[in-house]
Amino acid sequence: MATSEAGHSADQHAGDAHGHDHDHPDYLAHHFDTPEQQFDSGKLGMWLFLVTEVLFFSGMFCAYAIFRAWRPEVFEGCSQFLNTKLGAINTGVLLFSSFTMAWAVRASQLEEHKKTAALIATTLCCAMVFLGVKAVEYSHKWAMGLLPAGLFSYDENNPHPPGPNWLLYICMPFIVITIGVFLWMVFSWATKAKFQFQCAKPLFFVCLSFFGGVYLGTVLEPKVEDHAVHASADGHADAAEHAEGDPHAEGDSHAEGEAEAAGADEGEHTEEAHEAAPAEEETEEPVIELGSVVPKSGTMVDTSRDLEIQRKLASVEANSAVRDELNALERQDMNASGAITYHQTDDTSNTIAGSEEDVMRRSRAGVFFSIYYCMTGVHAIHILAGIGVLVWLLVRSLRKDFNRNYYGPVDYVGLYWHLVDLIWIYLFPLMYLIR
Amino acid sequence: MSAHEGSKEGYDFAHPLPLSLLFGVFLALTALTVVTVAQASFDLGSFDIVVVMFIATIKACLVMGIFMHLAWDKPFNILMFVGSFVFVALFIVTTLYDSRATSQDSIPVTNDIVAGPNPKVES
Repeated sequence: MATSEAGHSADQHAGDAHGHDHDHPDYLAHHFDTPEQQFDSGKLGMWLFLVTEVLFFSGMFCAYAIFRAWRPEVFEGCSQFLNTKLGAINTGVLLFSSFTMAWAVRASQLEEHKKTAALIATTLCCAMVFLGVKAVEYSHKWAMGLLPAGLFSYDENNPHPPGPNWLLYICMPFIVITIGVFLWMVFSWATKAKFQFQCAKPLFFVCLSFFGGVYLGTVLEPKVEDHAVHASADGHADAAEHAEGDPHAEGDSHAEGEAEAAGADEGEHTEEAHEAAPAEEETEEPVIELGSVVPKSGTMVDTSRDLEIQRKLASVEANSAVRDELNALERQDMNASGAITYHQTDDTSNTIAGSEEDVMRRSRAGVFFSIYYCMTGVHAIHILAGIGVLVWLLVRSLRKDFNRNYYGPVDYVGLYWHLVDLIWIYLFPLMYLIR
Repeated sequence: MSAHEGSKEGYDFAHPLPLSLLFGVFLALTALTVVTVAQASFDLGSFDIVVVMFIATIKACLVMGIFMHLAWDKPFNILMFVGSFVFVALFIVTTLYDSRATSQDSIPVTNDIVAGPNPKVES
């Protein structure tokens, strides 16, 4: 008791010291003198934990800052792939859950047990909605190959390759949990386990709200066809805009080129069209008079649009064979004019020179998505952890554990939950709102 | 608990916040979110990031001050938590200076294929 007397007014506690044990409420741990002391110690510990959390996240924010300082255009370009609408909705959901959490703390302080439980359940539902929306966002990006560096395989010309239904995979554990909770609810109702039923009921709604979030996300996420247009017209072209050219004009001419290519072939195989290119060249060559200006080596002369079409086709990533053929043609052409073409190619897309302007290089765009998945993923893990402690809190609040002198757990979980919200407040504009 | 009602030191220390205040903060936060989203459609140039971070910081202060009850908390807790942000700032600013000074870009560019259209082919 010596330590406590040092901290408190000695005269008040002198009398208490003897009657201490039978006067100790059961919510007060035996090594604490008063509920306030208990609360303050817990709160100090919680703040310390939150400090470590802030520092932990700061590492990722630092990585974000450095990479963005290096390549702001990569962040601008890639941010277009994030759905601002879904991000904003998630922000709203988290803010609302923060509000209900703060309200739950107030309710527990006022010993409004029912309200406390209801508000904690609401907070849980919001957390689940958040995860549901996040699941839609993630699955959509995985399907498009918008993955971290190393796995990044987005192809603008084929943004939706066939693949597994990621959303279903993400939903799987939640479906299992929902069914489990439902069975528990039915079982506890059947066996008249009143308290268990009381716990299972709100938890079942919490589980269901995940699918509410998934539904919300699916409705707001543009459909596959729309998104392809959106990505190429807004996102992707914008990303390349800084390099040169009007994105829409470029897109149009590209489409036009392909259409012409299709028109020119008219039933013929594309290969034949490519075969035609060198033949064309050979026949054109004699036309140039020896005395006239000899074209520079490497600039292939071509009166038809075949070569142009071939170049356009070669600009498509998937057509690597066409590109190789074009390179070979160019080398051939240069050889014909007596140039040595060792490792020389017109195609700059595979060199450092080509990489300078291009935002969507896999290694660069992948870094943005590495940071994106790392930050939002760790944040989502925090949400999951928050759900875990909130469920614990919900059960305890249904047990009416909390009162005006013992609401610490609600308050501490609240602090944690607000911190998760706090991190999202910064994450949202930094990730989703880059122009 | 009724036995302790207001009688003892160390009991009844709770400080419930008025519901109107909590709801007001929630409305303010929502309004600020709308403002952040709205400003993204204007081109503010390099001020963009400053504006965004300023709004985010106002929101963070509201959450910390009211929701996290920091405005009425013990000074030591405030010092500790706010102090952590000082260290975060120190960490990020010094690392940024260092990365600016020593390298331009160390995102490794391997010989991967350009995922987007290459404008150079057109010209």
